[in-house]
Amino acid sequence: MKPASFDYVRPHSLEEALAELAKDPDETKVLAGGQSLIPMMNFRLARPERLVDINRIPDLEGIETVGDRVVIRTRTRHLVLQNLSMPTPLGSLLRHGAANVGHLPIRTRGTFGGSLAHCDAASEWCLVASLLDADVTVQSQARGSRTIRAADFFLSIFTTAMEPDEILTEVSLPALDDSYVTGIAEFARRAGDFAIVAATGAVKVVDDVVADARVCLGGVSEVPFRSRAAEQVLLGQTWTPQLVTAAAEAAADEVDPSSDAHGDADYRRDLVRALLPRALGER
Amino acid sequence: MTITQPPNWTGRSLPRVEDPAILRGLGRYVADVAARDTCMYAKFIRSPYASGRVVAISAPPGVRLYTTADLDGVGDIVAALERPDFVSTAQPILAGPVVRFVGEPIAMVLAETEAAAEDAVDQVQVEIEQLPAVLGVEQATAEGAPLVHDVEFPGDANTVVDGRIHTAGFDEVFAGAEHVVTVQVGSARQSAMPLEARASHAAYDPGTGRTTLHVTTQMPHVVRTGLADVLGIREDDLRVIAPDVGGGFGAKMALAREDVMVVLASRRLRTNVAWIETREENFMGAWHSREQVYDVEGAFDADGTLLAVRADLRCDVGAYSCYPVTYAVEPLMAMAELTGPYAVREYSVRSRAVLSNKCPIAPYRGVSRPVQVLAMERLMDVAARELDIDPVELRMHNLVHEFPHRIPSGLVLDNASHRETLAVAAEMADVDDFRRRQLAAREEGRLLGIGFSSFAERTGYGTPAFAARSVPFELKKTTAADVITPGFERVVLTMDSSAGVTVRIGASPHGQGLRTSLAQVVCDQLGVAPADVRVIHSDTDATPYGWGSFASRAMVMAGGASMLAAKDLAARLRTLASHRLGGLPGDFELVDGGALNRETGESVPLFVLARDTYHSSHLIPDKGEPVLEAVATYDPSGTFANACHVAEVEVDPATGAVAITRFLVAEDAGRLVNPAIVDGQIQGGVVQGIANALYEELIYDDRGVLVTTSLMDYLPPTLHEVPDIEIAHMKTTSPQSITGAKGVGEGGTIGAPAAVANAVSDALAHLGVQVNHLPATPHRLRTAIRAAQSHAQEAAS
Amino acid sequence: MSTTVPLRLYVNGERHDISVEPRRTLADALRDDCGLTGTHLGCEHGVCGACTILVDGKPTRACLMFAVQAEGSSIRTVEGLAPDQEELHPVQKAFWENHGLQCGFCTPGFLMLVAGQLEENPDTDEEEMRDVLSSNLCRCTGYQNILKASMAAAEEMRG
Repeated sequence: MKPASFDYVRPHSLEEALAELAKDPDETKVLAGGQSLIPMMNFRLARPERLVDINRIPDLEGIETVGDRVVIRTRTRHLVLQNLSMPTPLGSLLRHGAANVGHLPIRTRGTFGGSLAHCDAASEWCLVASLLDADVTVQSQARGSRTIRAADFFLSIFTTAMEPDEILTEVSLPALDDSYVTGIAEFARRAGDFAIVAATGAVKVVDDVVADARVCLGGVSEVPFRSRAAEQVLLGQTWTPQLVTAAAEAAADEVDPSSDAHGDADYRRDLVRALLPRALGER
Repeated sequence: MTITQPPNWTGRSLPRVEDPAILRGLGRYVADVAARDTCMYAKFIRSPYASGRVVAISAPPGVRLYTTADLDGVGDIVAALERPDFVSTAQPILAGPVVRFVGEPIAMVLAETEAAAEDAVDQVQVEIEQLPAVLGVEQATAEGAPLVHDVEFPGDANTVVDGRIHTAGFDEVFAGAEHVVTVQVGSARQSAMPLEARASHAAYDPGTGRTTLHVTTQMPHVVRTGLADVLGIREDDLRVIAPDVGGGFGAKMALAREDVMVVLASRRLRTNVAWIETREENFMGAWHSREQVYDVEGAFDADGTLLAVRADLRCDVGAYSCYPVTYAVEPLMAMAELTGPYAVREYSVRSRAVLSNKCPIAPYRGVSRPVQVLAMERLMDVAARELDIDPVELRMHNLVHEFPHRIPSGLVLDNASHRETLAVAAEMADVDDFRRRQLAAREEGRLLGIGFSSFAERTGYGTPAFAARSVPFELKKTTAADVITPGFERVVLTMDSSAGVTVRIGASPHGQGLRTSLAQVVCDQLGVAPADVRVIHSDTDATPYGWGSFASRAMVMAGGASMLAAKDLAARLRTLASHRLGGLPGDFELVDGGALNRETGESVPLFVLARDTYHSSHLIPDKGEPVLEAVATYDPSGTFANACHVAEVEVDPATGAVAITRFLVAEDAGRLVNPAIVDGQIQGGVVQGIANALYEELIYDDRGVLVTTSLMDYLPPTLHEVPDIEIAHMKTTSPQSITGAKGVGEGGTIGAPAAVANAVSDALAHLGVQVNHLPATPHRLRTAIRAAQSHAQEAAS
Repeated sequence: MSTTVPLRLYVNGERHDISVEPRRTLADALRDDCGLTGTHLGCEHGVCGACTILVDGKPTRACLMFAVQAEGSSIRTVEGLAPDQEELHPVQKAFWENHGLQCGFCTPGFLMLVAGQLEENPDTDEEEMRDVLSSNLCRCTGYQNILKASMAAAEEMRG
């Protein structure tokens, strides 16, 4: 399965890349890790006429803490996040999230930003971004830089709020303090497969009481789903396994998943019930 | 003087001679032949509809397009059996005007590169009038159903095979039985999914007019015959070579229409042409298998003796009959072997192949036996529960243990170890300990289960067995070309003038290590080392006519023929030695590359005997042949390997996921020529069986479009999904295999699905959830568990 | 748009000057343009791993990279594993001795995956090795001997 022809450019700066993209935004795609784009091109499901390869642009990868935020630059590879030495609840969430992404050879090339731009509702980074109300920075030649909140970024299946002439440059996440419990749990048929349903959580527990609750589910709607029902069940309550089970039940009731070959709506609700407690450390 | 023992190569786990080249990246698969050649590439335009009539095909100028209009003089592929119930249909090389399944090739384009060929496909316009399709057995056999082929169906619509057996005493015994247990089992459509998809490369030699076809096939000679028949050319104008082949599992033992087109194009254009199948095409068109449903009733008496079996077996065979073994292969095998290793005497069965507008079937490792064994082993477990008899005891009670034993279909179980393998498996499994663990786990909400599967695997059968599938109903023979009865294997063994040995075989390995194991067999007869022996295979110019590798036959058949030929040659060498050194031929044994007289201790190197033969033939007293060559054919009626599989599983009740925590195999494949190779075959087969049980499913939507066309949808397991497999070997030999080896290639796939199904059923028995249809996906299991739990809640309230 | 571009690839320490369309994947460039057919194509959508090679030391799916992207990178394929014509790389040797291959089609991908992993982390334990090996598909062996071979290679390479 060979892709359709395209023109290929490999700019050496972000400005150059944006200029290339601006020439013909609708027929141009950005090539970062390529682990999602290239299979689609091999199937000829995607047929961009031009590819802008951003892999040689300096300063587009890396992760750094800036005040109370953690900034991940777009071309940071999954593998780097899997091996992150950040001994914090966020670091733990990023490491576990990365370990769930495909397989080792996918992680050596796939990128954090690419994942967000691709917008698969069950993918780990989309869930984490939605969970933590990330700020996504995108840039275009015409309009410069703008920041989009996660809730406004993921619009529907494989569709983000990005304009065709924009490149995602970095994502900013809150640096969660040590009182947070974080986790991710997903259900897939085989090791490395896309999750059928995934659950992520970040819960701030102070003196055994939940001070902040964030729950995000994947595979239950067109975009990552923040379960407000689960969050409300958790907030202000005593942190116990039973509480988490109740939150999972509320989440399962709240979602309205569609059915497909991998599972019907009832099954996806069952997976929510099973996975949220596992994400938050219970079995 | 020391008398050395002949080295015993048989029985050793010799590292394979095939491996170093492959490990260095120097393997030569068909795509590699193409990559190193400048050739045209073919791509196919395929039907987007399950059923229809092609109205028009066109392409802009510059696109090299071939359609049915270009097939003058090219015949259809016909594969038939001589049976009154067999309805024969034809498979055109390119479909048109009628198309019968999504993915069926309608036209071909040629271009300089694969990418350019795909660009050309994009430019071809096809107009097809859609017609109603039939997508399942019920639909296809219903009154007034659309017919997949415009032929006479003597029975139900679209029914192309309708075999029956009804033993004389059945009615009485069945009616009088204490207890009848009923199960319905089935498997989803499977893809053999070899990691290398299909490919062919035709090289035309303008000097000789011959075409050399490199093709991913398990049966080069048969492919050559088939191509010659269809193209109307001399068989010798073709040379067919199977180079390194990346797995076959049966899906590469059928003549592919695309290969016919590649050869046709090569000859017409007098140039080289290649076709490299994509994974998507492989899912859509490279022979499906295993979509079968069986209704089975077992009549038991009060002490658990299985007295009679009644069965209705339905196989959805797709749109065409695969060449050479035909679409009867699944139902007829099921009919003949369903009763398996159980001593049941009365048998009534109806076994059907029904057409559908889907990809046609071909044998896939195990063929029908995985479902046959699923049926009988589920029957045993269900009966055990209903009769309150331990499932191991129930099997032990019913397994054949006196040999030979004729089963109701007429096949004969020769020497085997059914009870012994069950006993060994049960001991390895330590069922008592398991039951304790199972109970303790249930307290914690964890669901463990254990399942057994006992079975016989028919292997190494020759022409008589294949012939039995046909039931000639006229004395006058029908068309020669359509009816093919495979069977024998032939070997030409030659010692050259420097005592090097070549073994030319008709079998065609594709991962089984025959180059190594056959050398071991030959070395034991000739007293040489494997480094002195070269096995030559898979080239129609260089090997005797043979049937290839499939049906767990290669070691039995090619091994048997190799042994016979080697014995012949050994006798000749001993005679030559006696000419040289005096004494009688019987005084000599072949050892360490020479002939040693046991009486005198004198020996002569084989090198000298070879030179005597080739270069001093006038001096040989008995005017023997001036070459050292032996030819042998082996054509036994077949034997049976047997095994018992045990699976231990844990089912996650919340998600329906099944983890296999332990898998063990107690098997009897007779004498193991190369134990590592045997174990490898078992391990690989078991994993495919596990995949059948839990993961793999080809899914068509309600328009007949195949939905599972990538490795993200069709789910062969990774290492993570499968356990280590513990294997214990028993050894009984059979007079039907002179090497003492029984075939073993398919055993893993045959027994594993039932063991897993029984284990999951055992884990969920307390909920009343049973697994009879495969795959038992997490979705299906969780849905069943949820229903059972709410049922229980309702009952409790 | 089917114009080719000149490209210099460094594969197994050797320079290959080729000319390819941008759409040519690295796998196809290695096979068709560099004559290195040891890297195999099993799916062309990044799942089976038969095309696994090392790019700058990291296991990479060659079907999910365009050749033009690999300019300036150090590429290693199965043909470059063995030190010479006589010796095999420890991973190759371990696969041979442990019957780690049957049809051989997936084998180069596994060899590069394991070699890359062990060169990066010679202390890879069995649990981690299982994770790594789950990246690739094998249809013949059932994986058991592949794991055995990989752990044997690990032990050998630790010295």
